[in-house]
Amino acid sequence: MAKSATGTDFRTLLQDWIPKLVLSPSVAAMVVFVYGFIAFTFYLSFTDSKMLPSYDWVGLENYVRLWGLSHWWTAIGNLAIFATLYIVICTIIGLTLAILLDQKIRGEGMLRPIYLYPMALSFIVTGTAWKWFLDPGIGLENTMHLWGWESFKFGWIKDRDFAIYTIVIAAVWQTSGFVMAMFLAGLRGIDNEILKAAQIDGASNWNLYRRIVIPLLRPAFLSAIVILAHLAVKSYDLVVALTGGGPGRATELPATFMYSYTFTRNSMGIGAASAVIMLMTIAAIMTPYLYAELKEKK
Amino acid sequence: MAVAEQDTAVRTGRITRSFIYLVLLLFALFYLLPFYVMLTNSLKPLAEITGGNMMALPGEWTIAPWLSAWSTAQIGVEPTGLKPYFLNSLMMVVPAVTISTVLGALNGFVLTKWSFRGDKIIFGLLLFSCFIPFQIVLIPMARMLGIMGLAGSLPGLILVHVVYGLGFTTLYFRNYYAAFPTELVRAAMIDGAGFFRIFWRIMLPVSGPIAVVSIIWQFTNIWNDFLFGASFSGLSSTPMTVALNNLVQSSTGVKEYNVHFAGAILAALPTLVVYIVAGRFFVRGLMAGSVKG
Amino acid sequence: MLGNYGKKMAAVTALMATTSMANAADVEVLHWWTSGGEAAALSVLKDNLAAQGIGWNDMPVSGGGGEAAMTTLRARVTAGNAPTAVQMLGFDIQDWAAEDALGNLDDVAAAEGWDAVVPEALQAFSKYDGHWIAAPVNVHSTNWVWANKAILDGLGIAQPTTWDEFVAAMQAVKDSGKVALAHGGQAWQEATMFDGVVISAGGPDFYKKAFIDLDADALSSDTMVEAFRRMETLRSFADDNFSGRDWNLASAMVINGEAAFQLMGDWAKGEFLNAGKVPGQDFLCFRIPGSEGSVTFNSDQFAMFKVASDEARAAQGTMASDIMSPEFQIAFNKVKGSVPARTDVDGSALDACGQKGMAEMAAAAANGTFIGSMAHGHANRAAVKNAIYDVVTAHFNGEYDAEAAAEELANAVDAAK
Repeated sequence: MAKSATGTDFRTLLQDWIPKLVLSPSVAAMVVFVYGFIAFTFYLSFTDSKMLPSYDWVGLENYVRLWGLSHWWTAIGNLAIFATLYIVICTIIGLTLAILLDQKIRGEGMLRPIYLYPMALSFIVTGTAWKWFLDPGIGLENTMHLWGWESFKFGWIKDRDFAIYTIVIAAVWQTSGFVMAMFLAGLRGIDNEILKAAQIDGASNWNLYRRIVIPLLRPAFLSAIVILAHLAVKSYDLVVALTGGGPGRATELPATFMYSYTFTRNSMGIGAASAVIMLMTIAAIMTPYLYAELKEKK
Repeated sequence: MAVAEQDTAVRTGRITRSFIYLVLLLFALFYLLPFYVMLTNSLKPLAEITGGNMMALPGEWTIAPWLSAWSTAQIGVEPTGLKPYFLNSLMMVVPAVTISTVLGALNGFVLTKWSFRGDKIIFGLLLFSCFIPFQIVLIPMARMLGIMGLAGSLPGLILVHVVYGLGFTTLYFRNYYAAFPTELVRAAMIDGAGFFRIFWRIMLPVSGPIAVVSIIWQFTNIWNDFLFGASFSGLSSTPMTVALNNLVQSSTGVKEYNVHFAGAILAALPTLVVYIVAGRFFVRGLMAGSVKG
Repeated sequence: MLGNYGKKMAAVTALMATTSMANAADVEVLHWWTSGGEAAALSVLKDNLAAQGIGWNDMPVSGGGGEAAMTTLRARVTAGNAPTAVQMLGFDIQDWAAEDALGNLDDVAAAEGWDAVVPEALQAFSKYDGHWIAAPVNVHSTNWVWANKAILDGLGIAQPTTWDEFVAAMQAVKDSGKVALAHGGQAWQEATMFDGVVISAGGPDFYKKAFIDLDADALSSDTMVEAFRRMETLRSFADDNFSGRDWNLASAMVINGEAAFQLMGDWAKGEFLNAGKVPGQDFLCFRIPGSEGSVTFNSDQFAMFKVASDEARAAQGTMASDIMSPEFQIAFNKVKGSVPARTDVDGSALDACGQKGMAEMAAAAANGTFIGSMAHGHANRAAVKNAIYDVVTAHFNGEYDAEAAAEELANAVDAAK
């Protein structure tokens, strides 16, 4: 299989370059449309932009103002509560449902789409339904009263301290089915031989799952957490449709804060500052996680 | 006791199984409730909704709200219903989903089978781009589209959706191809096959399931997107979400909840159809390309 | 009236003919009037323009009372393809004019004599640097009370004329088991009530000092504390379920006889009329006691953006002229519940409350008590307005007491300036 020296070189050279060429449009798009825009936002956070971008430098003034706003603290606090609950509960429900569904259930074909379909609906679609459902006057509480359970109370959505939990409920409803699908796929990919071997060694079902199955699901955990985290950070439609940020500003989240200050309050500088903080936080959390996971894969 | 031979080696007793079914059914109820509320209330006349129990079945069944939402409801000054906007959404979604899926597949292929220095970093960067909030993208993207001459046009909107979907599609394909045996690719390379040959002949045929995942994900996100649709579409490319929003968020007058719900379900039908039809392949697609042993 | 209008139309047409080519361009209109009544009224304008050979390209984006539309507008302007005409309120118009994005309507305004018929306080928003940049479609007013007459008659309550009488009336309703105040717990609704309450507590001059001049002393003064106390009183008369309720559902409570009073702008009147109720017979409309003689207003206007071609400019001019025509003003405002933006229009086609509104607007304009509404962006800029919203709604929901609220108000406004 002798090839001429130049022929091999050119061919290998081309082969070397083609993958990079193929990848380059995406990389170029990322550089411009993602990181370029992030840089632009970073710059804007140091300007006095109000309604439209302006380029007059004001230093750290926006950041000072930002941290002086009680809304911002509310938004961050809410995000911590919301993101933690959302990711944890979705993961638990997703994992549980996946494990249960994996037990050779009759009717799995019908149950799976039922669990998955909420993801297909946008929140403009389901926001009203959930708002009704959670409203004490016309929703679940009212229905319970009509059905005879007079003392049932479920007015969380109107309560400043509890409204954020209603958002968790609606968000979990929308995404946990998708998480279940990811874990189910992971479970189906586990080699039965390993499980059988462990059973021969006398492992109980509980230990089987805890010691073997769940650790084998690490890639699924990675995808699930990435997807859930990004949804938690970007939650805008959901909050606006369900509570509008209310009561008062009790369910403010960074995404609604950003939108409100950039567009409604014509304070683009502050909006940009809040965006920068958000991105830095995400980077701080996701980078170590991604690093650890990606290092292992290979 | 015979070990279950197919999906799992785990054994469960009778009581456990009943318990499992109960839990699954309860969750099914939880997921179905809002849809049930929307569906039943979309078939009631308005008087029943304002007066009655949201959970009750319609006393008087009517499909008038559906007809109204489709073709006669007020969207702006025109009483056109949602019909004209469906086509716009389709014309936007289909190219955007196709392009971003194909690019994602190619990217995944490159990042897993053609390692080079910095490929992990590039993947990390692509992943991180999933997190960018759309609000900060709006103004600079508007500027870019203006500069490129694509403002208010269908290609511009498609471009926006492709760019912001790349992170996800690459993630899916990359994870899928990572589990695919490299030996096959190596063997093909030694046989003299080039990049595209290998992709076409070897990777693509087995990518069915993950392609379905990517398509479902992209279809859902792009079809349901409002912000980009409202900001970057032109008169002839306004997507259905903007129309639905106009239908549902009427500021004055009687809120015709039944029409709103009917419109909302109509708007969701394509995604629901995609989920139900392709749902089978969805789970298979998420399995990291493993061949069952 | 037709003769006068005809003459003006002829003048404008002549003007247009000299400045435009054979066919005028189409107009692209961004707005958020997407529901039945308003959309129907707007399509009257569309038909008028069609008859004049100008096509209407509709760009509706509803949501948030114009929020989504304003975001879309930013994207469009940044991308370089601004719409021809955009529905806008108050200071937004001024902000865009400051960005040098708006066109010039001086020719049409001069030809039709708008300066003479549009109240000065309103002109302040339609003009920038002395040039006309927007055509006002209507004038809403926010310091109204809407009352269910049957409930009042049943309890023997007369229409209240002072704040104390009002409180007593609400107490009587509450004692009888009905809801005294139908309220929707959203920031803008609380702010709308606040407009009238501040005037009732301190008078129109105080209102101007606090909300237009943004004087810190006024904002944290005892009068403001009194205003907050009155808000607390109102809160005590609202039912428990008010949080997040839409304004038209609150109106429905009054229409159905569940509640006696609603403090809301005159767009609420549209709900009553649509339900077949008759002013004076089924419902009463009066100013928030203590704020009689003052009219806090907001006005929807169509701002005309800078366009390149002469045909487009001509189309804008025609559209502006049609908007300001007495026929359109009456036709539109009849449906919307507001009053015409020009004072020389015959209001006999409007209902009793509408005519009352027109008369009160003219009187207030003459008196200097025709003031921009803070709650609807006609007293100060968006950043300040929203800062005030924050404090008012937080106070209403129990986060501060009245003294703390007044202090917070001064701080928040200062931080937002």
